[in-house]
Amino acid sequence: MLAYAIKRSFAAFLILIVVSGLTFSLSHLSADPALTIAGEQASDEDIQAIRELYGFDRPIYIQYLEWAGRAMTGDFGESYHYGERVSTMIAGRIGTTMSLGVLAILFALIISIPLGVVAAMRPNSLVDRFALLVAVFGQALPTFWFALMMIIVLGVWWRWLPISGNDSWAHFVMPTIALGYYATPALMRLTRAGMIEVLGSDYIRTARAKGLSPTVVLFKHALRNAIIPVVALAAVWFGFMLGGSIVIETIFNLKGIGWLSYDALLRSDLPVVQAIVLIFASLYVVLTLAADLVNAWLDPRISVR
Amino acid sequence: MKMKTFVAASMLAALASTSTMAGPDDDSLIVAWGSTGPIENVDNYFNTNRTGIWFSRMVWDQLIYREPKTFEFKPLLAESWEALSDTTWQFKLRQGVKFHNGEEFDADDVVFTLNWISDPANGVKVQRNVNWIESAEKVDKYTVNVNMKKPFPQAFEFLSGPITIYPNEYYAEVGPDGMHKAPVGTGPMKVVAIETAEEYVLEKNPDYTWGSPKGEAQVSKMVVREIADVQTQIAELLAGGIDITADITADHVDQIGGFPGFTALQAGTMRTGYIGFDAAGRGNFEPTTKLAVRKAMAMAIDRESLVTNLIRGDAGVIHTPCFPTQFGCDESFAAKWDYNPEMAKQLLAEAGYPDGFEIEFYTFRPADWAEAIMADLSKVGIKASLTKMPYFALRDKQRNEGTTPMFLMDWGSYSMNDMSAITSHFFKKGPDDFAMDDQVAAWLEEGDTSPDSEIRKAAYAKAIEKITSEVYWLPMFNHVRNYGFNENLSFIPYQDEIPRFWQYGWNG
Repeated sequence: MLAYAIKRSFAAFLILIVVSGLTFSLSHLSADPALTIAGEQASDEDIQAIRELYGFDRPIYIQYLEWAGRAMTGDFGESYHYGERVSTMIAGRIGTTMSLGVLAILFALIISIPLGVVAAMRPNSLVDRFALLVAVFGQALPTFWFALMMIIVLGVWWRWLPISGNDSWAHFVMPTIALGYYATPALMRLTRAGMIEVLGSDYIRTARAKGLSPTVVLFKHALRNAIIPVVALAAVWFGFMLGGSIVIETIFNLKGIGWLSYDALLRSDLPVVQAIVLIFASLYVVLTLAADLVNAWLDPRISVR
Repeated sequence: MKMKTFVAASMLAALASTSTMAGPDDDSLIVAWGSTGPIENVDNYFNTNRTGIWFSRMVWDQLIYREPKTFEFKPLLAESWEALSDTTWQFKLRQGVKFHNGEEFDADDVVFTLNWISDPANGVKVQRNVNWIESAEKVDKYTVNVNMKKPFPQAFEFLSGPITIYPNEYYAEVGPDGMHKAPVGTGPMKVVAIETAEEYVLEKNPDYTWGSPKGEAQVSKMVVREIADVQTQIAELLAGGIDITADITADHVDQIGGFPGFTALQAGTMRTGYIGFDAAGRGNFEPTTKLAVRKAMAMAIDRESLVTNLIRGDAGVIHTPCFPTQFGCDESFAAKWDYNPEMAKQLLAEAGYPDGFEIEFYTFRPADWAEAIMADLSKVGIKASLTKMPYFALRDKQRNEGTTPMFLMDWGSYSMNDMSAITSHFFKKGPDDFAMDDQVAAWLEEGDTSPDSEIRKAAYAKAIEKITSEVYWLPMFNHVRNYGFNENLSFIPYQDEIPRFWQYGWNG
């Protein structure tokens, strides 16, 4: 188990190095950052001055090593555009993104687990078909389209909810639904499949034979076992939620990390892009690693393989 | 994130009941902008975003006022001026003007601002705006001499545009960081709250009663919201959350205009679109180095039809490599290329391409514009393949690789009404020059630096004549900016793409 954990941690570390290297080189190759910083109407002298000021005239590997060295100590440098410390900018915006991520994953779990359980209890029934419909829609609807539809109906037509900003809890309702719904199908299908498998197992039959009430059998014996992989998957989906918030935050004008990364990409604010990609990648790697280790702990055959 | 059809029909039905009128009711105006990203630092000298210009015009004043319709220079913070030599202007300043913090405006503010911004050590972001200033000297409390490094005929464009006057004591104390957090100017609106990248709250400056040609603010309060997504801006407009947006595209104009209670319009600007050809052969593509081919391509493209059907609004065909209101941009010297596909075919045959050729065509603008041009070219046998790239990536490719034989681009001239702001940028043998014509570069240099306006005009005329007759560029059309707003707002668009938000009030 320990050897497995060490091996997976090392692989995770390598992934982060590759991700950061790729991000760095791709963002430098996509356009001359000096041109972007200087703005549309800058003169050649302005662009050259910026190139020298920020050190873009040096070889790219030197720029990367310098950045990576500082990043290892938690220093992500300053935003080219805002002149603020990147760490300060991220710290000021991470709360919005984390709130949205947590709310979205909670929304997904609240919808998907009961729906999955009910569908498993009555396979191929109307309820099961309805659950399937929810899953298909969730998978098929592009998030941005779903978000715009909600804005039109709930924000423009009925004016029930505010459309953009993050001034109050009400501002989070539509973004939470839009983002959370995306995760619902996977979690719901896994709950359903797990429950069907568990409900058909010998120990459930024994529990029923012992005369336990259906509620106790369902919640105490069946669901507790069936939900373990769902929780592991939810951890991975939480990573997706944070990454997926780029679109949702931009549409709903929530100024979190997702919006910040959109803005930084738009303007080649490389220190911000690199820091955010590294943080998201780290979060995702850690969550996946945690899920792997939990699975290995639950099922020792995984670490042996 | 563009969604072409914003389910217009269904919204129309639902919006039959008009939106709430927060603006007229409490005499406030809510503006949304931000599709090109928020203003990074509202200090006028430390941002490059166009919305930064919009913001600065509300909060600060310049020495000189450029009338936005006639482009005539009028007194603003300076009451009068005279040239003491080719390199020195003397300004008599207005008395009785106060900054928002109560500081009195006088020569010390002008001298401090001009000397501070022209010192490269202070790192003003767009050096071109300030690096022509040698120094500023106080003559007396209300008289200032401004010395230039060399004769600089465009000085008034800068003194009436990007160069705004700061309060010396306050700015010396707080610097760009403090000015960003709490801006202080003399302008018609004063800032009461700033939330970076989110929202700016401004109020009418009650002391702005000294007869400024900019006029007093028409609303008592204004809120500017930075909203990146244009669809969200439109939804907020239709739901009554904002009163005006200047970020929408042409597709949205008909949709918004169709809703009761809203107006949308396309107003002409000085942003000049053009097709550039690699005449210098920087990318080793032979056809565009031949004059006959460039002429043929110019005659193959139906610009009138493109403007009428696709660009629409106040746009019009342009024949000059500059915008006709700009100083020196005299259309009568331009060679005009009327649509004539038959002649185009003939020219191609004479140039050795009777069956046409294949060419790569680059743009960052809407694909349908490029496709219309490609369709015209295909009628004379030229097969263009389109590469659409993000703006800065394309500029980078042009400047550093030069491998763009044909490109549809445009230039806003930084709202300067002087052709040096566009033509000289592209034809003085810099990285953006695909003509590399020594003669043109020399004429432009003469036009850019001569203190005599007649000499300037003559030099620019020669440059226009050669650029257009050699078809280094095929000037296309002036762009439009699209606005959507509450129909009760007294909105007026301007050609320099700077909405004067303080001038807009509520009708009735």
